[in-house]
Amino acid sequence: MKNTINQAFHSPKFVFGFVIFAIMLCLAILVPAFSKADPLAMQAAACYRPGTYFSIADAIEAKKYNLKMDIKSHRFDKTLTQEDKDSMVEWLVKFGNVEESEIPADAEEFVVFWINNYKDIKIKGLTNAKKQYYRKLTAKLSAMLKTSDIVIAGEDPDTGELIEENKIEFNSFTNVNDVTVRKTFLLGTDNFGRDEFIELCHAVGTSLKMGLLAGTIATIIGLILGLLSGYLGGIVDDIIVFITNLFTVIPSFVLIILISFSVDQSARGVLLVGIIIGATSWTWTTRSVRSQVISLRNRDHVNMSKLSGHSLIRIVFEDILPYIASYVVMAFILQISSAILAEAQLSMLGLGPATTKVATLGLMMNWAMSAQTPLAGQWWAFLPVIVSIALVAFSLNLMNTGLDQVFNPQLRD
Amino acid sequence: MVVTNTTERKPCLSGRGVTKVFGFGNQKTVAVDHVDFDFREGDIISIVGESGSGKTTISKMILGLIGVTEGEIFFQGQPRDIKTHRKKQEYWKGIQAIFQDPFATYNMFKKIDEVLLDCINMRGGKNLPKEEKERLMTEACSFVNLKYAELTNKYPFELSGGQMQRLMIARIFLLKPKILLADEPTSMIDACSRATILDMLLKLRDEINMTIVFITHDIGLAYYVSDTIYIMEHGKFVEVGKADDVILNPQAPYTKRLISDVPKIHEEWDLSTV
Repeated sequence: MKNTINQAFHSPKFVFGFVIFAIMLCLAILVPAFSKADPLAMQAAACYRPGTYFSIADAIEAKKYNLKMDIKSHRFDKTLTQEDKDSMVEWLVKFGNVEESEIPADAEEFVVFWINNYKDIKIKGLTNAKKQYYRKLTAKLSAMLKTSDIVIAGEDPDTGELIEENKIEFNSFTNVNDVTVRKTFLLGTDNFGRDEFIELCHAVGTSLKMGLLAGTIATIIGLILGLLSGYLGGIVDDIIVFITNLFTVIPSFVLIILISFSVDQSARGVLLVGIIIGATSWTWTTRSVRSQVISLRNRDHVNMSKLSGHSLIRIVFEDILPYIASYVVMAFILQISSAILAEAQLSMLGLGPATTKVATLGLMMNWAMSAQTPLAGQWWAFLPVIVSIALVAFSLNLMNTGLDQVFNPQLRD
Repeated sequence: MVVTNTTERKPCLSGRGVTKVFGFGNQKTVAVDHVDFDFREGDIISIVGESGSGKTTISKMILGLIGVTEGEIFFQGQPRDIKTHRKKQEYWKGIQAIFQDPFATYNMFKKIDEVLLDCINMRGGKNLPKEEKERLMTEACSFVNLKYAELTNKYPFELSGGQMQRLMIARIFLLKPKILLADEPTSMIDACSRATILDMLLKLRDEINMTIVFITHDIGLAYYVSDTIYIMEHGKFVEVGKADDVILNPQAPYTKRLISDVPKIHEEWDLSTV
């Protein structure tokens, strides 16, 4: 046993899979441990970009610094993309009667030049959308040219007169750390305004727990039925093989959908979905365990154990189970990964766990899809979830392949 | 080897019309076809036949590891009753086996001590003090020229094939059964260890006075060790008799062929008959 574990950690595939899995597991354990807040608490409006948000009112009151910096050209450098520049040059050359050599290279001069030359007129050969684009761009650029100070005014409740309260100079700065009220959303917020990162970590944990439950149920049922049918043979074998074939012929996913559908939405928790998935996916474990046991039961060491007067249970546990243990472990790992995927599929169809209690990977996908985030380009709502599902399944499969190489030396390269 | 008064001793294991059929319908295979046998107490009996003649099937039926399709086996004059697990356990106290492949005979996950302890427990020595158990195991190991101190806490795969087969004999030494079924015990062992193992078996037989049934394809070996030889072809005994009669004066053509197939060291082989 010790030797096997040692060998497994010398298989690069297993180690790679294990590292990925350990990272996912750490995220799923540590993040919920350090942030006690409810992962499903709504903290913002729908689908905010990832980043740090801080209170503007606080920023106004915060300590001011003066930096020697050319703010205007910095603005242009940051916001004016090469694409914008190219289309502006194109307009100027085509419709503005300007030679390309006349256009200044410096960003600020270029913007001034553009505002002087651009005319919002009807031009043949320019689509409405394109015209809209130029209009918006011009408005944005002319706002950026402003260098006047900003005055913050309060309203006098009696006279309705505006009184200057604070003045922010054109070139005043503040340190982000001086703004006390702020909030970082590492992966933005989802369509309900929940912190996507915290929610994702909880969801990975929940999905793994669910997968573990489903995998354990499937492996236990499969193992018991496989051992019984393989070792006893005869009529017991016939009955178990019949039931197994029945479950194999009906696609298990259809079965899961039907069972989930027949269970009341409010009663459908993670636990129940795990049990449903586990109770429908044991067939492959049964089949493979059965065939392994059949080949084992006529081996001489089993005969020798019988001749030593051992009971059936003792023979199964001592002479058969250790020989198929490696196989069962591998089947167990695969069952976990396929249960996680099955839950994701089920939740995508809206038949997963009840939507208000916990987050699972599948539910997060479902929410992201129903809020049409892919169409809105809000990648943070679905991409991290997809990557998480893929990483968990990939790492489990990789560990499985690694173990396969350890247990079947013929596969080693 | 000449043993006198074999006919006067009563049979300890007999079979009447013992048959084993595998499969059913079109795929029916008759592995053992209505055979009768009487194994006399204290004899060494050889069942000789080529691969597929049903030797191993009949040995497994005798051991009670597979069921008998038809016919009956008598153990010490009584019809054998192994319907319940308890009765089977009782039966196996009287009849034991050594298998062909020593590497497949051991459970690779169990230590050697456990194998020997099982035997002591089976003989009712479960409550013996630890020192007594160890003494018994040491005695059994030294009988087969193994050192118990070197074997303890080892796994079977750490031994050589010859050592494993000798340990099997140590197991029989502890169990002291009435009958030992040796299913080609030397076929996986190199020639030098083979003689040692055979000698040990014969020594053991003298020591605890048991009947040995050799299952083998090697007619030379059968002649060397046995009192009675059963020649088996296609699930039937074609010739039965004392070793000298069968080998020196064979009647059945199959026996003649088996004898002529034995390679002789000083002659050129005649492969035309094969």
